[in-house]
Amino acid sequence: MKLHFFHLMPYRFLPDDFTEKHRSVWVDVDSALFDPVKGHQIYNENLDELEYASQLGFDGICVNEHHQNAYGLMPSPNLMAASLARRTEKSALVVLGNSLALYNPPVRVAEEFAMLDCISGGRLVAGFPVGTSMDTNFCYGQTPADLREKYQEAHDLIVQAWTRPEVFSFNGKFTQLRYVNIWPRPIQKPHPPIWIPGGGSVETWEWVARHDYMYCYLSYFGHQRGLNVMKGYWDEVERQGRDKNPYRAGFLQFIAVAESDEQAEKDYAEHAEYFYNRCLRVYPGFADAPGYRTMKTVRAGLTAQFERQTAQASAGALTWKNFVDQGYILAGSPESVAQQLEEAAKALNVGHMMVLLQFGSMPPDLVRKNTELFAKEVMPRVRPLFEEYEDRWWINPLPDSQRMTPQAMAEPAGAPAGGGS
Amino acid sequence: MESRSVKIRDGLFNLELLQGGSGDPLLFLHGSGGVRQGPYLDMLTERFTVYAPSHPGFGDSDGLERIDDIIDLALFYHDVMDELGLESAHILGHSLGGMLGAELAALCSHRVKRLVLSNPVGLWRDEEPVVDFFALTPTEYLDHMLYDVDSPAAKEAFATPESREGVMEAMYQRLQSFSAAGKFLWPIPDKGLKRRIHRIKAPTLIIWGESDRLVPPSYAEDFQSKIADSTVAILSECAHVPMIEKPEEFVSLVTEFLKD
Repeated sequence: MKLHFFHLMPYRFLPDDFTEKHRSVWVDVDSALFDPVKGHQIYNENLDELEYASQLGFDGICVNEHHQNAYGLMPSPNLMAASLARRTEKSALVVLGNSLALYNPPVRVAEEFAMLDCISGGRLVAGFPVGTSMDTNFCYGQTPADLREKYQEAHDLIVQAWTRPEVFSFNGKFTQLRYVNIWPRPIQKPHPPIWIPGGGSVETWEWVARHDYMYCYLSYFGHQRGLNVMKGYWDEVERQGRDKNPYRAGFLQFIAVAESDEQAEKDYAEHAEYFYNRCLRVYPGFADAPGYRTMKTVRAGLTAQFERQTAQASAGALTWKNFVDQGYILAGSPESVAQQLEEAAKALNVGHMMVLLQFGSMPPDLVRKNTELFAKEVMPRVRPLFEEYEDRWWINPLPDSQRMTPQAMAEPAGAPAGGGS
Repeated sequence: MESRSVKIRDGLFNLELLQGGSGDPLLFLHGSGGVRQGPYLDMLTERFTVYAPSHPGFGDSDGLERIDDIIDLALFYHDVMDELGLESAHILGHSLGGMLGAELAALCSHRVKRLVLSNPVGLWRDEEPVVDFFALTPTEYLDHMLYDVDSPAAKEAFATPESREGVMEAMYQRLQSFSAAGKFLWPIPDKGLKRRIHRIKAPTLIIWGESDRLVPPSYAEDFQSKIADSTVAILSECAHVPMIEKPEEFVSLVTEFLKD
C-alpha cells in the first residue's frame, strides 16, 4: 500500500464563537477573520510539514484546490507544488488537483502541470477534480448544469495537449483554440498519472473506469461511511470488466497517533472538533447548488458530503467520541492505528491511502509528533499490504543519474552579510 | 386544461404543454419553479386559448442540452409557435418567463401582439441586486417569494406533500427546475437583455408584487423606461408570484390589458 501525506492547509485561528456568529466557513466567510500575518505563518509551517513528510518517506505529498474559505488556504495548489518540487526529492507531488472547469482556457492546466513535471523530474500526479459546489458554482460562477460537460471537455483538451505532437485546433463548446501546442511538455509519457477525486457521483465512477484512471474518495467521514461509495465504484469497475487492482483507488483518512488511546484524545480532540465543527460549517444554501449533481446521482440517494455535514451539524456539535466510534478518525497507539488502517484499506480495497495528520487547529509541534509516529511506527506495518499488485497509476520519475537538485545559494561577491538593501 | 406533448423540430424536442380555453391565443411562459398550478390558469381560459408549456429541462420537456442560452430558448419558442400554428400571440411571462417573453418580443416583434411581464428578471443594478435564490434553502425561498406564507392560496400552491415519496418527488422536481433555470440565470440574471429590450414594439404591461423580496419591485421602472409602450401595475400585499397570491386581481389586470 502507498501512503500519502495530505494537507488541507486550514486557517487555524478561527475564533471560538465562529459557529455562533458566522453562517459559513466558505463562499461568504467574513474576510475580517483572515490575518495575512498569520497567513504568512501558516503557509510556511504547512510547507515545512509537507517537506518533512517527504523526508520521512511518505510515497506522496498531496495538495488541493479550494476558494474563498477558511477550510483550506489553497486557491492555487500549483503554487504549493512548485515550492515543494524544489525542496523534496523522492515523494510524488500529488496535486488533487486542478478543478478543470475553472481554468480558461484549460490548456493552462496542461502547461502548469507540465512545468511541475519538468521541475520535479517526473514526480507529478495530475489530479482532476470537478471541485465542490461552493468552489465551482458559487465562488467561480460556473453554471451547475454545464459544469460536468465543461469539465469533460477540458479534460479532453488537456490530454490531447499533452499527447499530440502536432499543432492542432480544438473546436469545443466551451473552449475554441486555433493553435494548441503547449511548451513545456511533461516528462512522464504519455502523460503524468491521472487521479480523479470524486464525491460519489454515479457518472464519475463510470467515466473513471472507462478511462482506466485512478479514483479517490476524499471523505471526511472515515472508512465506515466510505464503504458505500467505494462499493459503488468497484461495482462499476467490475461491470466494465476491469480488474479490481486496489491501486485503482485512493481514500482519505484522518489519523491521530499517540502513545495511547487516552493520550490521543488529550492531544487531538480539540483540533478534530475545530475541523468538524468550524472548518466544515457550510451554509446549506452553498453546499449543493441545483444541478451540481446530476439527477441520476440525486435519485441514487447519495448525499453530497457537505450536505450531509450541514445536516449533521444542525443536529449538534460533534465530539471526539463521535469521530472515533464512527471511524472518522483512526486514533490511538501505533499498533492500534496500524491495525485499524489495514482493516479499512482491505475493506475499501484501496491501495493509495491518503492520511490527514494535520487537521483543524493542530499546531506544528503536534503535527510533527503525529507525522513522526505514523511514519516510523505505523507505515512499516501497513506498507506490505497489496504488494502483490502492480501499481499502474504511479509516477515514473527520471533516473537519479539525470536528476537535478537545487544548488546551495552562493554568497554574491562583495555583498554585505544578510543581503537586502 | 389538458396536458399534451408536442414534437418540435421533427421530434428533436418533446414539449409538455397544458392547453385549454378559447379565444385569442395566450402563451404563458413560466418561471424558475416550472408551471405553477393554480386557479389563475382556468380563469384565463375563460377568455383566451391558453398554452402553458414547460420549458426544455422542466417537467417532462426534454432537450435542454441542445439549448445554450436565453436567445436559443427564445428562438426555440418561435419553433413552438410554428408548431402550434400561431403566427402571433399574446405573451404572458413570469419571472424567468418574463425575461424570456421580453427576449422573444425583442427578437421578433411581429409575433407578439401584447406582452405581459410579471415580476420579470433579466435586468440588473448593482445597488439593488436580484436575490440569489439558488442559494436559498427551501424555507427561505418561500419566505422571499410570498407576501404571506400562511395565506390559504400560498398553502394550497406550496403545500408540503404528505408522503415521504411525495416530499422526495417535490425535492427532485425543485432541483430539476432550478438546475434548468440556472442555465439561463446563473450566476447573475443579466444576459444581455439590456442591449435588446429597446426593440420591443408590443404594448406591454408590467405587473409586480409590491413586497417581492426576490426581484425588487424597483425593477418595474427599469423595464418601463426601456420599453416604449409600457405601463406598470403594482399589487399590494403581494410578492413574487401574483398569479398565485392574487389570482383575481392578476387575471383581471391581464384580461383588461389584452382586450384592448
